[in-house]
Amino acid sequence: MAELTVRRLWKEYGSQVVLENLNLTVADHEFVTIVGASGCGKTTFLKMLLGIEQPSRGELLIDGKLLASEPDKERGIVFQRYSLFPHLSVLDNLLLGLELQGAPLLGKLFGVRRQQAISKASELLNAIGLYHARDKYPSQLSGGMQQRLSIAQSVICEPKILLLDEPFGALDPGITADMHELILKLWESRRMTIFMITHDVQESFKLGTRLLVFDKLRHDPQSPEAYGASITYDIPLRHSKPARSIAA
Amino acid sequence: MESSNDIQLLPLMPRLINFHPRRSSALALSALPFLLLMLAYLFGSSLRLAENPDDKLLPALGNIFSTFRQYAFEEDARSGEVLLWLDTFASLKRIGIALGISSAIALSAGLCLGIIPALRATLGSFVTVISMIPPLAILPILFIALGLGEVSKITLIVIGISPVMIRDLSQRCMELPAEQLIKAQTLGANSWLLVVRVVLPQILPRLLGALRLSLSSAWLFLISAEAIASTEGLGYRIFLVRRYLAMDVILPYVLWITLLAFSMDWLLRIASRKVFPWAEV
Repeated sequence: MAELTVRRLWKEYGSQVVLENLNLTVADHEFVTIVGASGCGKTTFLKMLLGIEQPSRGELLIDGKLLASEPDKERGIVFQRYSLFPHLSVLDNLLLGLELQGAPLLGKLFGVRRQQAISKASELLNAIGLYHARDKYPSQLSGGMQQRLSIAQSVICEPKILLLDEPFGALDPGITADMHELILKLWESRRMTIFMITHDVQESFKLGTRLLVFDKLRHDPQSPEAYGASITYDIPLRHSKPARSIAA
Repeated sequence: MESSNDIQLLPLMPRLINFHPRRSSALALSALPFLLLMLAYLFGSSLRLAENPDDKLLPALGNIFSTFRQYAFEEDARSGEVLLWLDTFASLKRIGIALGISSAIALSAGLCLGIIPALRATLGSFVTVISMIPPLAILPILFIALGLGEVSKITLIVIGISPVMIRDLSQRCMELPAEQLIKAQTLGANSWLLVVRVVLPQILPRLLGALRLSLSSAWLFLISAEAIASTEGLGYRIFLVRRYLAMDVILPYVLWITLLAFSMDWLLRIASRKVFPWAEV
């Protein structure tokens, strides 16, 4: 269960208003896609969900509790790049979350517990089609493989909420279809809530169960910073699940 | 026409920046400056010796070899020690201990400064100012405070190289993408685990790099300290025989020191490649 509530949320940097008066309730296991012009606060919103930016006013609640003000294991994140660990092999990248949570002193698992973690990781490696590359380093992987690993790395820790910041923005168009299938498969099997920023409107309709459009409601040409963006459209996308997961 | 002339000229002479020597000729080219230096020495030496057979400034190669053999394989009449090895062992011990201590300091301080903003705010400018103190200027203080023994020499090297290494390593820590640190936190890392599993392993190859860059300064401080107060050591020997204009000792000693420094650099590079394969791919 992860119900997210946004209540009268504002974000300002000095006199610049980035987001104004956001109100939103997102039910468990929604797939929320977020689109909007660049500079309209999508990423700021995601950063606040992640805990690396704090709201200026208003509240962010997860299951009725205030969101922690720094990143934690309740919320996974996949950035467009740089979120893999270059000094760890593919397998070790995937094991990292299990090891960090299972071994508070050294951050490394040994013996039976390591074997258990490896079998769990191997299962996921198979699911994302990277089992054959498990001993490679991230820099030896293609961009698409890196993003699949980065997603799996977050998913293996079973976060309540998974945040995706333009995860497929830097990939070849040919690969994105595979990535869509993968993310839908993981979303359906793990019952997490997903927030995904994208600049691809088609993608947002294809993947989401709910589409949020961020834009400015008012605009002052004399001082463009005076008004912030808000959610201008909140579109439920209720297609039947099989049709969506087959991915047209 | 002008353009047709251009086209004819082009294949004849590639631009200098586009001319890459082949592997074999690159090797020969890299040997060239060494050979030239050698030739220049031989030429100058024979000229001076022809004029004055007792000339000490540019001794003949045979002369240098025999002196070197004497220093490397024969016991010294007065001390009963083989001087080259005595000196080499003493110097390597000092520089080895100093490099070890400097690495430990640089690694721990660099990590803390690089990763903990509050510590950086407290100590960042302090380290920057400290690293600007010319170490040789405080050598007298070290001799007064720590005596003329090994401690003051090792301390000089440590003071000389560790501030720069600290700054280098903390800079490297700060260059780690913020995305990585955030991601690790979402996977359940606290500050300690972040250091142990994410930052430290990525900084270790940088430490070897920082060590390689510090080698020449370390040797500089070692030889300075040995020249002023010591009873054995490579730097001590050079400055001792300087009184007798013994170029036949000084020159092979300088070559030997260069060889030692070069080997240390080479070993560190090989070690980095073997131990941290991910940093090379």
